[in-house]
Amino acid sequence: MEFSYYPGCSLEGMNKAYDKSARLVSKELGIELTELNDWNCCGASAYMSIQELRAHLLSARNLALAEKEKKDLAVVCPACLTTLTKSNRYMGEDPKLRRTIASALKAANLQYLGTVKVRHLLEVIVRDIGEQEVKAKVSRPLSDLKVAPYYGCQFTRPFGDFDDKEFPVMLDTLLKWLGAEPVNFPLRAKCCGGMLMTTNEPVGLGLVKSLLDCAAQNGAECVATICPLCHITLEAYQGNVNKRFATSYELPTLYFTQLMGLAFGFNRKELGINEELISSKHILAKHVEAV
Amino acid sequence: MNALSEERSERRAHALGNVFLHAVYSIPGGEKIKECIQCGTCSASCPTSYAMDYTPREIIAAFRAGLLERVLRSNTVWLCASCYYCTVRCPSGIKLTDIMYELKRLGVEFGLVQEGAIAPVLSKTFVDMVDRYGRVPEIPLMMTVLLKKNPLGILKMIPHGLRLFLHGRMPFLPHRISGISELEKCSGAMTDALVSGLHPGSGIGEEA
Repeated sequence: MEFSYYPGCSLEGMNKAYDKSARLVSKELGIELTELNDWNCCGASAYMSIQELRAHLLSARNLALAEKEKKDLAVVCPACLTTLTKSNRYMGEDPKLRRTIASALKAANLQYLGTVKVRHLLEVIVRDIGEQEVKAKVSRPLSDLKVAPYYGCQFTRPFGDFDDKEFPVMLDTLLKWLGAEPVNFPLRAKCCGGMLMTTNEPVGLGLVKSLLDCAAQNGAECVATICPLCHITLEAYQGNVNKRFATSYELPTLYFTQLMGLAFGFNRKELGINEELISSKHILAKHVEAV
Repeated sequence: MNALSEERSERRAHALGNVFLHAVYSIPGGEKIKECIQCGTCSASCPTSYAMDYTPREIIAAFRAGLLERVLRSNTVWLCASCYYCTVRCPSGIKLTDIMYELKRLGVEFGLVQEGAIAPVLSKTFVDMVDRYGRVPEIPLMMTVLLKKNPLGILKMIPHGLRLFLHGRMPFLPHRISGISELEKCSGAMTDALVSGLHPGSGIGEEA
């Protein structure tokens, strides 16, 4: 199974551990990820807030590069997923937009015919690889580790038809295959407020707090994330939440790929498990055989 | 307000409304905005509407009443975090999140934003950095925005930065993609086509 792999800007910066672990577990499962050569920013929300057509153009260049490789595009950031999918769909639905972008791409001898599918790695693993093959790789089950499965907004909203738009369950399914116990987590697809942290921190912190409340009330020992922005928001702003609301949360966050890697027998360092801001050492010591 | 200035402000509101509507109609499915039944599902689904001066439902009501300028000058649209709950729940199929993006662009284009708001500056800086490097270096982005809008905020970020640094997660140097000139060419071609008034896709001015 081969994909062009689009890490996205966040994974080059503060979320390298997500990149590391995603590549590692994909390889283990026989998913061949080849990084899309010279990819550019997807044209994410902040860009789209200023420039509409140029945001589509940014996505289109990535799609054109992937089309040249004749492979679908695997992404790990749900915001990149939504942005790339939006341009892909809108260019398909709107001939005028398609022609505008096509003539712009032509200036650099690029073209995009519309054949690339953009997919999140979690969906690829759960649907294409499946239970048997994932379970076959589990050498160190995450015995009863209580995990809050956190999807954030843009995994299925607005475009994901592969899971429920308001109550996705794919991550729960995967966690069970790894031997972990996904706890009841009703806020699984609610906003983390990440986009607001620099611009309106009080509103953002309120959202983080309700997520932490919900995870803690349901007995979670850690949060599994599939989005780099949710991840950094949950870990970096817990201290601010504690200060503002007089709480004392210290809930580690781990990427779903790190949890997979642990269950597959990789060591912490390979998975970047020493890099999280709130250490997961104590909970992993309790549930996972010596790493 | 005297009759003349009243007429002027009405004309201005009308013009703003028209630009908005034209832009919304250019989004695939954008014409659904006509079908808003003011049920308020969007506002009730929105995680930040409680903090907005105008809720999402009220935005459409304000647009219909010719009061869009008030909405743009308020804190409303930049509180939208793009969670898309409104979009997937709207019984009329209105793409509210796309409309929020349109309002953000409209506000920036016409200089109608809330005084002192950080979010438009963040987005503009984001665009500048992507145009320069092809990707977004997160840390330089945050630092630039804080320098522009809230220099004291940098002090508050130091502990965060230090923790990231200690965990090996603080890359300082932005990476410039080699396709940046390619992107410049494409976006130059697009701007030329738009500025010269050629209707893209109409066949005028395109190679045969």
